[in-house]
Amino acid sequence: MTTATTVTPLATYRNRTPYPFCPGCGHGAILDHLNAALVKLALDPRHVVIVSDIGCSGLSDQYFATSAFHGLHGRSITYATGIKLARPDLKVIVVMGDGGTGIGGAHLLGAARRNIGITVLVFNNFNFGMTGGQHSTTTPPGAVTTTTPGGNLERPLDICATVAVNGAGYVWRGTSFDKDLAERIADAVRAECFALLDIWELCTAYFVPSNHASKKTLATTLDDLGLKGGLLERGEHPEYAAAYRAEAERVRGKPVAGPRAIEPAFRSTLDRPFRLVVAGSAGGKVRSAARLVAEAAMLADLWVAQRDDYPITVKTGHSISERVLSPREVRYTGISRPDVLLAVSEEGLAKCARQLAAMNAGDRVYVLAGIEPPPTRAQVTTIDPASAELKLGGGRVVLFALSQVLRDLGFLPLVALEAAARRYPEYAEENLATIRAALAVAR
Amino acid sequence: MRELIDGSAAIVRGALDAGCDFFAGYPITPASPILMQLLRELPKVGGVAIQAEDEIASIGMCIGATLAGRRALTATSGPGLSLYSENIGLAIMGEVPLVIVDVQRLGPATGGATTVGQGDVQFVRWGTGGGYPVIALAPSNVQECYSLTRRAFDLAERFRCPVFLLTDKELDMTATTVEIERYERPPVRAREVLAGVARSAAGAADASVAIADPPPYRYEPADRVSPVAQYGGDTLVRFTGSTHDERALITKAPAKVAALNEHLRAKIEEHADEIELVESDLDAGARTLFVAYGVTAGALREAVDRLRHEGRAVSALIVKSLWPVPERALRTALLDVDRVVVAELNHGQYRREIERLAQGLEVRGVNRVDGELITPEELMEAAR
Ligand SMILES: Cc1ncc(C[n+]2csc(CCOP(=O)(O)OP(=O)(O)O)c2C)c(N)n1
Ligand code: SF4
Ligand SMILES: [Mg+2]
Repeated sequence: MTTATTVTPLATYRNRTPYPFCPGCGHGAILDHLNAALVKLALDPRHVVIVSDIGCSGLSDQYFATSAFHGLHGRSITYATGIKLARPDLKVIVVMGDGGTGIGGAHLLGAARRNIGITVLVFNNFNFGMTGGQHSTTTPPGAVTTTTPGGNLERPLDICATVAVNGAGYVWRGTSFDKDLAERIADAVRAECFALLDIWELCTAYFVPSNHASKKTLATTLDDLGLKGGLLERGEHPEYAAAYRAEAERVRGKPVAGPRAIEPAFRSTLDRPFRLVVAGSAGGKVRSAARLVAEAAMLADLWVAQRDDYPITVKTGHSISERVLSPREVRYTGISRPDVLLAVSEEGLAKCARQLAAMNAGDRVYVLAGIEPPPTRAQVTTIDPASAELKLGGGRVVLFALSQVLRDLGFLPLVALEAAARRYPEYAEENLATIRAALAVAR
Repeated sequence: MRELIDGSAAIVRGALDAGCDFFAGYPITPASPILMQLLRELPKVGGVAIQAEDEIASIGMCIGATLAGRRALTATSGPGLSLYSENIGLAIMGEVPLVIVDVQRLGPATGGATTVGQGDVQFVRWGTGGGYPVIALAPSNVQECYSLTRRAFDLAERFRCPVFLLTDKELDMTATTVEIERYERPPVRAREVLAGVARSAAGAADASVAIADPPPYRYEPADRVSPVAQYGGDTLVRFTGSTHDERALITKAPAKVAALNEHLRAKIEEHADEIELVESDLDAGARTLFVAYGVTAGALREAVDRLRHEGRAVSALIVKSLWPVPERALRTALLDVDRVVVAELNHGQYRREIERLAQGLEVRGVNRVDGELITPEELMEAAR
């Protein structure tokens, strides 16, 4: 993928286009330091991706002769993460405003928690420059902006503390005036972890005039808020892209899940689509027993549709399994009128009221002993698990009942059901015993 | 040989066979099975799969990874698709090959998480600002969940754009018997990658050289699709979601803006015939044409069979490429009928497209929004 090159350190990673920022705007100063950092690092510019957010700071990437990505407001960290996960060898540097840290707060947290190896430079000028000086998540209390005319009432986000406490490997706070900013940026890039630099600076168009802000007030604001500057966190937790690869190595080359073929070995006498509904409750093994019926049908050369319905809270409530068995391909998978409805719980039966109402004289309803047979035109048969010669645990009742239903129906050989049961060795013995118990009961 | 398989597993297998090596997603019923399976399978083949912090991050990571050389997939349902919206625009604008699975559930809002619906048909078409064309495929059974996933990856590369695979709860979570030999395996083309012109890294510091050569996009002729400039290769790569020229530099110059936007339209709309995919089952004597797509097509196939068994002449058109609208096939199908019946699990979203083409004909819908499937019987009734 990568082309090996001997890199000649560049004199500059800037191109010749002048910055577009207002006079005195801190953005240009930070970018000069970023350039100096890249020169120090002597990186192949093709292996450096500057991912810019949206805002005046988001314009930055156009002035660099590196690779660049300019996406959506607040989402720069997500693109950077995707790039780093795909190509961990690349140096990915995010340039975002304080605005971006607000709208993209969830990504800031996600990236910190993963400690993904990207460098984030926050161009923190305490307001939205590009859209006209509105307040941001970092606007200090009382500060006047175009959307806090009476002074800001919100508490500012402590970006550094937030990412530091959530796993960021490298956290630093300073200003665009710091002489060592280039060295700091270079250090952060070298750190190969989630590195965030909260760089305070001045928006000369908006924040400066409305708040008499200056290089000096940056320092006093820091004190007023009780915040600290300098290197605030240097953790050694594993970096995500590397950790993911190490983890993936353990399964690398293992076969991916392929088809689990079912070879027909039996014959069925079924000559039309047949619709079976099993109505029960969570924990009753409705789905797994009905699955055996579906696989038995396929072993008997039938085509199947298998649909299960249960509440999102899976361990409680109804569990309905619908199976369409057919001598030809099942094109329509719905069941509005079952040929057979097996009710193993009142709750399941209640859920199938509409299907039950649609059933006719030729159709059959099976209920477990103890369930009130519903008023229906269909023929009702009661199945009594107590008639089994062995004691059935709750989880075996459905298979017991289904075996009896299949015996009654006669179109699917029960050897096919037994063969289906053998496909799951872990449960085979118990399931085979259950099927045999069902068949031992006199009709 | 046969297997019992649901649409989710078929999509996952289709993606793996298409060379998908990146997935990012956020859990949502009924799309979560795709996320969980790919989280397990992708590391085995050297791919990367991640559960992101939300849907915005999911598609964002996919876009970043694609430009760094990956073939990416993401999967969600209506609520998550809403969060994809802005990034869908970014993928259109930056011409990012990407496959997006929308496993539809009943909406609006949280709607019915485990309830079938086809309410996102116009949403995928118009789901981001600007109004530019997208491609959307709709498998009509589990077998096609496999083949159309492959096709989606191919089209994404061919046209450098997001391609939607529009499925639904019923297709993805209901298992059916599939004849393994019958899976269609449409070819998936390799990505065309922009090659650099030999030059020293030192030269890259020169703006005119670094940025102008080679340009990552070409808009002349308008339908031309350029190779993808990928990070970490032998070129500098510029990418932007802002209106840009062929060098990916932001511009407002009307002629350049027009060239870009015309290109985004023309590359897809002028090649609609290449994308068109339908199943036409036309009967010369039929007065009625049925149109359906997705899971509803299953009921239609069944109804057509039964109607013909009763000696009735009917025609059916199953649309598998929903966007762009397969107008050529539809116009042919509309030629000799008096009446069109469009069946869908919404209030008639695709019917609008048919009405546009069927001027002068009677067009009616069979629609359900109660979370149940349209039955073959309802369609047979509509034929009378
Ligand atoms: C989703 C979205 N909402 C709003 C905007 C409008 N917008 C553009 S830049 C910006 C704020 C930029 O502020 P900041 O990130 O602090 O950057 P600065 O301009 O101060 O450098 C906003 C809200 C947008 N581009 N996208
Ligand atoms: S508006 Fe503010 S942030 Fe934007 S360029 Fe001007 S000074 Fe800088
Ligand atoms: Mg700002």
